[in-house]
Amino acid sequence: MAAGAIRLPASRDQERAELEQTWRVGPGFWGWLCAAEHHEIGKRFIVTAFGFFLAGGVLAALMRLQLARPNNTLLGPDLYNQVFTMHGTTMMFLFAVPVMEGLGVYLVPMMVGARNIAFPRLNAYSYWLYLFGGLLLYVAFFVNVGPDAGWFAYTPLSESLFSPSKRVDIWAQMITFTELSALAVAIEILVTVFKLRAPGMSLSRIPLFVWAMAVMSFMVIFAMPAIMLGSTALILDRLVATRFFVPSQGGDPLLWQHLFWFFGHPEVYIIFVPATGVISAIIPTFTGRRIFGYVPLVLSLVATGFIAFGLWVHHMFVTGIPQLAGSFFTAASLMIVIPNGVQVFCWIASLWRGRVRLASPMLFILGFFAVFVIGGLTGVMLASVPLDAQVHDSFFVVAHFHYVLIGGAVFPLFAAIYYWFPKAVGRMLSERLGAWHFWLFFVGFNLTFFPMHVLGFRGMPRRVYTYAPDLGWSTLNLLATAGAVIMTAGVTVFLVNVAASRRRGALAGDNPWNAATLEWATASPPPPYNFLPMLTVAGRDALWDARPAQPVVTGLRSDVRDVLVTRVVDAEPDHRVTFPNNSIWPFLAALASTVMFIASIYNPWGAVWGSVPILVALVGWFWPKEEEFRQRLEGEDPKWEPSLPRA
Amino acid sequence: VGTIASTGVASPPIDVSGLPPYAFGHRSVIWWGTLGMIVIESTVFGLALASYYYLRSRAPSWPPAPLAPPGLLWGTLNTAILLLSCVPNVLYQRAARRFDLGRSRLWLAVALAFAVAFVAVRCLEFTTLNCRWSTSAYGSIVFMLMGLHSTHLVTDLLDSLVLAALFWSPKVEARRFVDLSENGDYWYFVVLAWLPIYATVYWAPRLL
Repeated sequence: MAAGAIRLPASRDQERAELEQTWRVGPGFWGWLCAAEHHEIGKRFIVTAFGFFLAGGVLAALMRLQLARPNNTLLGPDLYNQVFTMHGTTMMFLFAVPVMEGLGVYLVPMMVGARNIAFPRLNAYSYWLYLFGGLLLYVAFFVNVGPDAGWFAYTPLSESLFSPSKRVDIWAQMITFTELSALAVAIEILVTVFKLRAPGMSLSRIPLFVWAMAVMSFMVIFAMPAIMLGSTALILDRLVATRFFVPSQGGDPLLWQHLFWFFGHPEVYIIFVPATGVISAIIPTFTGRRIFGYVPLVLSLVATGFIAFGLWVHHMFVTGIPQLAGSFFTAASLMIVIPNGVQVFCWIASLWRGRVRLASPMLFILGFFAVFVIGGLTGVMLASVPLDAQVHDSFFVVAHFHYVLIGGAVFPLFAAIYYWFPKAVGRMLSERLGAWHFWLFFVGFNLTFFPMHVLGFRGMPRRVYTYAPDLGWSTLNLLATAGAVIMTAGVTVFLVNVAASRRRGALAGDNPWNAATLEWATASPPPPYNFLPMLTVAGRDALWDARPAQPVVTGLRSDVRDVLVTRVVDAEPDHRVTFPNNSIWPFLAALASTVMFIASIYNPWGAVWGSVPILVALVGWFWPKEEEFRQRLEGEDPKWEPSLPRA
Repeated sequence: VGTIASTGVASPPIDVSGLPPYAFGHRSVIWWGTLGMIVIESTVFGLALASYYYLRSRAPSWPPAPLAPPGLLWGTLNTAILLLSCVPNVLYQRAARRFDLGRSRLWLAVALAFAVAFVAVRCLEFTTLNCRWSTSAYGSIVFMLMGLHSTHLVTDLLDSLVLAALFWSPKVEARRFVDLSENGDYWYFVVLAWLPIYATVYWAPRLL
């Protein structure tokens, strides 16, 4: 077919002007509500998640202040229960997973060379649901209905017999919000990776960060349903007297633990796997060499994704499970060390071969190595039944998982912020403040959490609001609190750095680090359509491997949101598709979902009548708008439109 | 080390303007999105079934005495209706791939009639389950399985109704036939998901 049968711009300048107009986020508050644009939504995810990170951090600081000395009275036992539950819930559900998803939403479409994420309106809906779920939790907390049965809400404690107020219902429904959001984002990321890659980016050339996001999305898809089913069963037990977890009626509290940990253990890797993607993205850039062992790294990611689903029972070693199960899950838990070890050795080999540039992102990556390896070692210890039985529910476990989660996710996350902030904002973060941030955070972290290993060995249990002075725990607790103060100072330096550099940082330019992935081939901050012209790829390190005459892609419409769809394996161009415009309906649908979710806590029938507005919103979302419809058809080649009878 | 941005557009560009503005089946974006939903919901069903058998393994008798197993009549009839509904489903999917508006409308309407019949019989099914959700964990998990499947049924019915409305409106266009085709795929999932639930709810208490 001759070019020109569809409506195309006459010149590159006209194309740029039209793309600006077509893809932009609308003006004002209304435009902000309607945005269905992946940079915008990705940034909102990241900023909101950091907001919750700070809130969760304040709660952690409150706990440390309470435990700074024996018999302290800053927090009473009831408030302390709420505070540790809120802290865990916030960090796991409102910070760690959403912030990683936000990175994926922001970066994956650019890294694969696409114009937007797949299902952009669903993307907006996911964000609003997440925001409303998080706000629900905090509003409840401030009116003294904060959940208090732990972030895991073990039955029977969380059943209405022992937790009669609405606190646990709020927790269970917050799960519905955040997990629905996470599941939707997982699909968006996967379809983007499968179908929207730039021509030439065959499976074997996908950047490791994108592989990591894809594996994370797979894990979300198989793990989150468990917690949704579990929390639904829990809230039904509480609200309409089902008996899933009530032993006297044939139910079983351990069913809850199985469902929870079938989600909860993969969850750890859902947080860690994207962080490995960050590491694999940053190391080549700051060594100036290709990553060592691309294929083993991809295989390790996939293996981690699989094995992570075979470990959940190691959280239940002291529940009286059969010995055979104990042995099996010990073996499985040790097995996951293998792919993770392969990854660590590949990264070490990459550092070994290259000349390391010690900029802030790289500092945090090196911090990751130190902290995560310690956490991994205590993890190997905890995987064995006899040791776990000794230290279960003690501060040793608290120390272990903070080394794993802060080491495995927060250090790489800070690295990611220092690395991609220039892309998103167009200005560099201060290196000097970055070094201060790193050292304060690193020293403060180890001072806070290392003593907890010893406290655990000395018998200090988790989740106690205070302790007696003669138990020998006082000094180490005070030390841990001092560490928390230093960590807080580190985070404060980071906030100052962001605030100052947003306006006054050095200009970044397109590719300040001389990195290899496609997001660095466009302006900083990137335009809403990402690329003009659309790019193609000739190797794993797209920008380093680009041939002198690397072809570009032309022939996409710029008057509507035309996107190129490519084939799954070889990323050859297959067809075009028009993405939907910005719309208010995802926001309204999220609002309607919120009303339904909250109403159903107070009246089971709320789930029924609350569905009506959701249905209305979804119809509004789906129904074609006159202008969009006409514009799309008028610019299209008539041969694709079979003659249909028109009313 | 060069960057694409700096190398310009020297070689002939890949012109995609001649590619079609939609595609059916696994080539399309919506097919992959639907598949993702199906995988998620299959996991939910799988875990709910696992929970059923887990609770059963903890019970001295199943269903707990003196409850009787669910009555077979309505559930079995419904299984037959559901399997038969695949016929109009196949036919409207075929019509959609040929952009045959008339037949698409016809078989979509027939498929909708099947779905309505199924929902009606489902209401009768609930009257012969011979338990309540609050009787015991057995009743809870039976209602959970039935409730989960019914939710899928009702949402897919509403979804198909909206799609039907679109197909009788002037807004129908070529790419909507892709939506119609994918809607059919989702219905197969609703049918397939029912079979292990039917086997479990109706036959596990009798045969195992």
